[in-house]
Amino acid sequence: MSVKVSMKVNGQPVSAELESRTLLVTFIREHLRLTGTHVGCDTAQCGACTVLMNGKAIKSCSIVAMQAEGADILTIEGVAKPDGTLHPMQAAFKENHGLQCGFCTPGMVMNALDFAKSHPNPTDQEVREALEGNLCRCTGYHNIVKSIVAGARAMAAAK
Amino acid sequence: MRAFEYHRPANLKDAVALAEKKDEGRYLAGGQSLVQAMKLRLSAPTDLVDLNALQDLKALKVEPGAVTVGAMVRHAEVASSSSVLKTLPALAALAGQIGDRQVRHLGTIGGSLANNDPAADYPAAVLGLGATITTNKRKIEGDKFFKGLYETALQPGELITAVTFPVPKRAAYMKFKNPASRFAIVGVFVADFGGGNVRVGVTGAGPCAFRQSEMEQALKKNFAPDSVAGIKVSPDGLNNDLHASPEYRAHLITIMAKRAVEAALK
Ligand SMILES: Cc1cc2nc3c(=O)[nH]c(=O)nc-3n(C[C@H](O)[C@H](O)[C@H](O)COP(=O)(O)OP(=O)(O)OC[C@H]3O[C@@H](n4cnc5c(N)ncnc54)[C@H](O)[C@@H]3O)c2cc1C
Repeated sequence: MSVKVSMKVNGQPVSAELESRTLLVTFIREHLRLTGTHVGCDTAQCGACTVLMNGKAIKSCSIVAMQAEGADILTIEGVAKPDGTLHPMQAAFKENHGLQCGFCTPGMVMNALDFAKSHPNPTDQEVREALEGNLCRCTGYHNIVKSIVAGARAMAAAK
Repeated sequence: MRAFEYHRPANLKDAVALAEKKDEGRYLAGGQSLVQAMKLRLSAPTDLVDLNALQDLKALKVEPGAVTVGAMVRHAEVASSSSVLKTLPALAALAGQIGDRQVRHLGTIGGSLANNDPAADYPAAVLGLGATITTNKRKIEGDKFFKGLYETALQPGELITAVTFPVPKRAAYMKFKNPASRFAIVGVFVADFGGGNVRVGVTGAGPCAFRQSEMEQALKKNFAPDSVAGIKVSPDGLNNDLHASPEYRAHLITIMAKRAVEAALK
């Protein structure tokens, strides 16, 4: 029942022999040891496990790793520059106090990165709708929305 | 999750052959319903036949009178397709209201219809527009597809390949969302094809989607919000859960239908 899976994660080709039932998030956290992607609810509701698959935000607990065969995956570890300089979206979260406990933050940032590509200057309402699949148990939504609006503008300005 | 064997066939014939050969074989589309059910061990297939390599199922075709959505087309693609937005905007709007953006990037129309969740959105459009579901074996009229709670006309191993929606003169979908899951507590799809051909598809309210013929009759005479506003729907047989009673759902059908007609006229 083991399968061979290959994909790119944060630009690096990776492959492994896995049990076919291994979830993508399990592969990322336990095999690749990239633990920035979080497991919150494990029922595809909370979005803490959001990563980009071929540029699109998806919940990595909601699919088996084999569904990402051949795909390009970006996790929170691949977002900042190698020298540690924060991505504009990460910087916006820091500046706008867009996190409290920080557990949901990787998922929030990953979803926001994808959303901002098509929304260079979003309204609060658009951001709130885009966050339907991301829960924050500190209920810090107000500053998260502010962060994403600022981050999206900063990304557009940096282009 | 129980262990299973994973298959990724390269063509339709192999996919069907695999699913038919295994006693507990299941197709895997976006996994947004199936993988979640497997994690809870509500579903424990022995074999998963992944449809992601089947390019033929990913086509989205818009013609003057019809929109044909391949079974593997994701909700996000229907929601953002400029040709669907132009030809059948009510369908794009419906797809854009399914779940959240992460779910819409993976979930497919084939998976949604085969799954037939009582609160799923697409079934309302299938009935409201009189769609035809094409499988590897035959064409199934939308009106004959939904059989009951999670039950469809599909036979074991039968594979949906595409869904064809006729284009109406005007249409709209109104959904009263469950604020937590975003599924429909009640959703109503109203379409006017002209010449007295009006259809009303309701989802979320009963064990599976159904047509509301009393409203269709009233809208045939006069396609206006007031034609449905006074119709009192019976709560008999409607769903009862902690989110809404049958009486509340019955009430919502009238309200959503009225709002859908208003939106269709805009
Ligand atoms: C958090 C969350 C919120 C959601 N909210 C909504 C919502 O508001 N409205 C809504 O409508 N849905 C909602 N969904 C469900 C979502 O739309 C699913 O994507 C959909 O129900 C199933 O599609 P899938 O492609 O993921 O199918 P899968 O989960 O892969 O498969 C579902 C079933 O269909 C079968 N199947 C798949 N493709 C085919 C085919 N081509 N032929 C025959 N059988 C097939 C599979 O074997 C399986 O039994 C939500 C899901 C989640 C996780």
